[in-house]
Amino acid sequence: MTKRYPVLHVENLTMHYLTRKGEVKAVENVSFSLDKGEALGLVGESGCGKTSVALTLLRLLPENARFLGGHVYFFRDSTDEAHARRAVGKPVKILLDGQEHQGRLLEATRSHLVLDASANGRREQLRLNRQDVARLGVDLTALSDEEMRPIRWKGISMIFQAAMNSLNPVYKVGDQIIEALQTHLPISVPEARERVAELFQLVGLDRQLMDRYPHEYSGGMKQRAVIAMALACEPDMIIADEPTTALDVIVQDKILREMRQIQKKLNMSMIYISHDIAVIAEVADKVGVMYGGGLVEFGPSDAIFKNPIHPYTKALMSAFPSIKGEKVKLAALPGEPPDLIKPPSGCRFHPRCPFATEICEREVPEFREHKPSQYAACWNPLSKGDR
Amino acid sequence: MITVALQTQTRTETLVRVEHLRKLFPLRTGVFARARSFIHAVDDVSFEIKRGEIFGLIGESGCGKTTTGSLLVRLLDPTSGHIYMRVPSHPETNSQEEQYVDIATLEGRALKEFRRNVQMIFQDPYESLNPRMTVFDIVAEPLGIHGIGNVYEREERVAELLSLVGLTPPESFLFRYPHELSGGQRQRVAIARAMILNPSFIVADEPTSMLDVSIRTGVMNLMLDLREEFGISYLYITHDLAVARYMCDRIAVMYLGKIVELGPTEEVIQNPLHPYTRALISAVPIPDPAVERQPIEIKGGVSKPIDPPPRCRFYDRCPIATERCAQSDHPPLEDKGRGHFVACYEI
Amino acid sequence: MQATSTFKPTEALWRVRLHLLWRGLKGTWAMFAESKIGLTGLGIIVFFAIFGFVLWPIYPWLMERFAWTPEELEAARNVPYGAISSIEQVYHPVVGYDPLIPGIENPSPPSRRHPLGTNQYGRDILAQLMASTSSEFMLGVLAAFITVVIGTLVGAITAYYGGFVDTFFMRLADVFILFPLVSFLIVLGSMIELTLIKLAFILGIFFGFGQITVILKSQALAVKVKPYIEAAKVAGGGHFHVIFRHIIPNLLPLAFLYMMFNVTSAIFSEAALSFFGLLPGIKISWGIMIDAAHSDGYILGGRSFQNWWLWVPPGVAITLLCSAFYLVGRGLDEVVNPRLRKR
Repeated sequence: MTKRYPVLHVENLTMHYLTRKGEVKAVENVSFSLDKGEALGLVGESGCGKTSVALTLLRLLPENARFLGGHVYFFRDSTDEAHARRAVGKPVKILLDGQEHQGRLLEATRSHLVLDASANGRREQLRLNRQDVARLGVDLTALSDEEMRPIRWKGISMIFQAAMNSLNPVYKVGDQIIEALQTHLPISVPEARERVAELFQLVGLDRQLMDRYPHEYSGGMKQRAVIAMALACEPDMIIADEPTTALDVIVQDKILREMRQIQKKLNMSMIYISHDIAVIAEVADKVGVMYGGGLVEFGPSDAIFKNPIHPYTKALMSAFPSIKGEKVKLAALPGEPPDLIKPPSGCRFHPRCPFATEICEREVPEFREHKPSQYAACWNPLSKGDR
Repeated sequence: MITVALQTQTRTETLVRVEHLRKLFPLRTGVFARARSFIHAVDDVSFEIKRGEIFGLIGESGCGKTTTGSLLVRLLDPTSGHIYMRVPSHPETNSQEEQYVDIATLEGRALKEFRRNVQMIFQDPYESLNPRMTVFDIVAEPLGIHGIGNVYEREERVAELLSLVGLTPPESFLFRYPHELSGGQRQRVAIARAMILNPSFIVADEPTSMLDVSIRTGVMNLMLDLREEFGISYLYITHDLAVARYMCDRIAVMYLGKIVELGPTEEVIQNPLHPYTRALISAVPIPDPAVERQPIEIKGGVSKPIDPPPRCRFYDRCPIATERCAQSDHPPLEDKGRGHFVACYEI
Repeated sequence: MQATSTFKPTEALWRVRLHLLWRGLKGTWAMFAESKIGLTGLGIIVFFAIFGFVLWPIYPWLMERFAWTPEELEAARNVPYGAISSIEQVYHPVVGYDPLIPGIENPSPPSRRHPLGTNQYGRDILAQLMASTSSEFMLGVLAAFITVVIGTLVGAITAYYGGFVDTFFMRLADVFILFPLVSFLIVLGSMIELTLIKLAFILGIFFGFGQITVILKSQALAVKVKPYIEAAKVAGGGHFHVIFRHIIPNLLPLAFLYMMFNVTSAIFSEAALSFFGLLPGIKISWGIMIDAAHSDGYILGGRSFQNWWLWVPPGVAITLLCSAFYLVGRGLDEVVNPRLRKR
């Protein structure tokens, strides 16, 4: 068994929005996991809940959102004191020697971790030897807003959709990043300037540009500055929501490649959120396909693109024209994406699914492992013969 | 309806011929100040569109493709140049006789008459339908403008068009408001509105770029079907080369107001000649993680064509530029065989 | 791909449209009803409407029936000096008097026959208040309506044509905004008799060409660049078609909203002008009531609270009705601007 080094475990995340017209079931039972250095691509059509997943796990939900359950375990080494302190009294997951322990953390020191594993009715004490590094995952849903704040920059930072338009036009770009740095780190202005210069170099911007205003930047440059800002506090993970959607192909291509390079260089984890399956194919190691608020398929990128299990994944791929390969008439998927106020019963994809049977209409399929590390929620998974 | 096979058929009759079309936008500093500089949005552009052909205009934002489209439907008046279009000589009668008219100079009644033949489909289906009008009012609007039919005939015609674009049964869509429709349905309404006067030519400005993937294919296929059935020609404006490859018979690649490469779609995409086209094609992501692309690097980003110097527009970013490119005017489009034209000195 | 032959044209198109309109109104009402502010305002307006249009005509009758004793009626008909023949003479807002109250006792405090007392000339305050309500309403609504019609038309036209037309109307708006309206009305009031209707027109024109044109023009500019306007032009629609079919319908919600705020301004203006005694053409209004109290020195120093019934009722009425329209405007604002909605 290869050594796992988890960063994020998301379990059964469920979140609804209350609106005038009714309850929008935006995120329903979403589970996935992400290891250090991995890039996950969340792909799906607009309104399928992919951005809502990100907002839920960062706890950045609007007022009308109702968090209805699930856990988001965010992992760091147990030797990280601030992290361990934060985790005391919270539900945690601990990964030690390939073994997973779960419970409420009672005590954390350098040499041992004490867990109240009341699920199996006892108190567990985990001894840590000097060379052991345990991965301690704290449930973000149990943190207070105060405890959550440092995580949003230093743990998981987010590049919002159209973030390039969020740069304040009246301040110099460099100063905006310096300000963000100083809010979160004890750092002097000259140090911060030096740090910003490094970041600019990392994202491929000239350091002179620090003292320019946003209107002097092109779209691609702004997006780079926003990426620099997200990298500022050296987060373990970045969530990028449609990072290149507004950009032209050539700039998009450059920025995606640079993000990929930075991610590899810093051994960071990433979640890319995109509607464009081609972009996801380029950048992601793992792919999560969302439909109607739920994750319908999740697994390694190669496997999913080669042998999709869920009919929706397959439909999504075959609906995309390509500039490579033979030109074929694309098959249009019938119908419309579901109304999440009144989603279809059973599998939410069944009204549009060519393979739907009677059970699909009646029961929600379980999200389970169909092939090694390839998960899907489907009653009639595609075998290789259907391709 | 096998559209792919038919696209390879040669289409002979020229429907639209654009000659040296130019549109300059003055950059004014004040209300009464005289313009000192100009944005050369469309600069000396010439091309032809055959009857029943889908002609693609490809390019990045700011390259002038949308301006060209607006000029062809006379939403904008050209600064100079000609747009010849075949229009019926006697629109009142049913005669098949047609004549070429330079629509760049049409005015008044003649312009309104010409508008029966040309329609436009817009990018944003959320903004291109008046939120205060019902589907019936939206689709019937061109009939009202041209005073065609009474209210019952109009309703029947609208219903016919709605079923044609796949909004069935039409009764359930006629009296809905745009906000009650999904993005794909809205775009179908927009197509129905464009089709209701039986136009011979439609300018489609990124009609699917804002639609979701699973919906987009349906709309693209619908437009292909309409072409097959009614022999409509499209000017298809898009930034997405994969979409262009799927939709278009021929494409022209624009860069800063100029056409830099023009030819049959497959030819241009498989065998791009201009360095810009090559870079553009190499940058398109491929939906297959197994494919490793080799992107071609070009310098810098797109600028604005404000009073461009008299040299190749691509000079500053070109990886193969030479002394000659800097000293001569922007290169003319040159025939490289098989209908493939390129504007480059170094090819 | 032929049309389904089963399709039958709708028999009565107007009925469908009426139904759509009704459904739209219901939806708007549902959203409006969520705003407590708006409902409060609407409640106050309804109260004043009943007050002015329903209660006022039957007020004398009600008083005769319930407030006056037969003996008092008898006495009023037979006093030696100034006997009345009908009860209307008592409750007339301008020339009414109570023969049982000697002139020297006016203003008299609230009593059974005069729930809000009488003023220094013996007029029943409640009667004056009621009588003024309908004209305040008429003035406010008429002025606001004229304002909005002008503002919408001019705003749409300036935004659509731009250029010279725009420059002309915007400078005109500057003139109207900066124009000393009060001085103008003083002069005008001395030349012609300013009736309520004339005042409504003048206020409507002034407000219409002023601020509201600027506001509605900026909204029209946002509508003008929408692709559906381009679609209409491509289809061959002329200027008239685009302005009336596309731009103005999209201005109406905002225009209606500003109409509410303009009712407030119009009523306030009338009250202020009447208070200064500048509207000789208007016989009775809330502003005149306060002015009457003021000009005879009843709102001076220590006496103001002694004779509170002279000025508190009209003051409260002006404040309430003006804020009511304002509150309705605020409620409508949440309907018109989705961003203000809570969800």
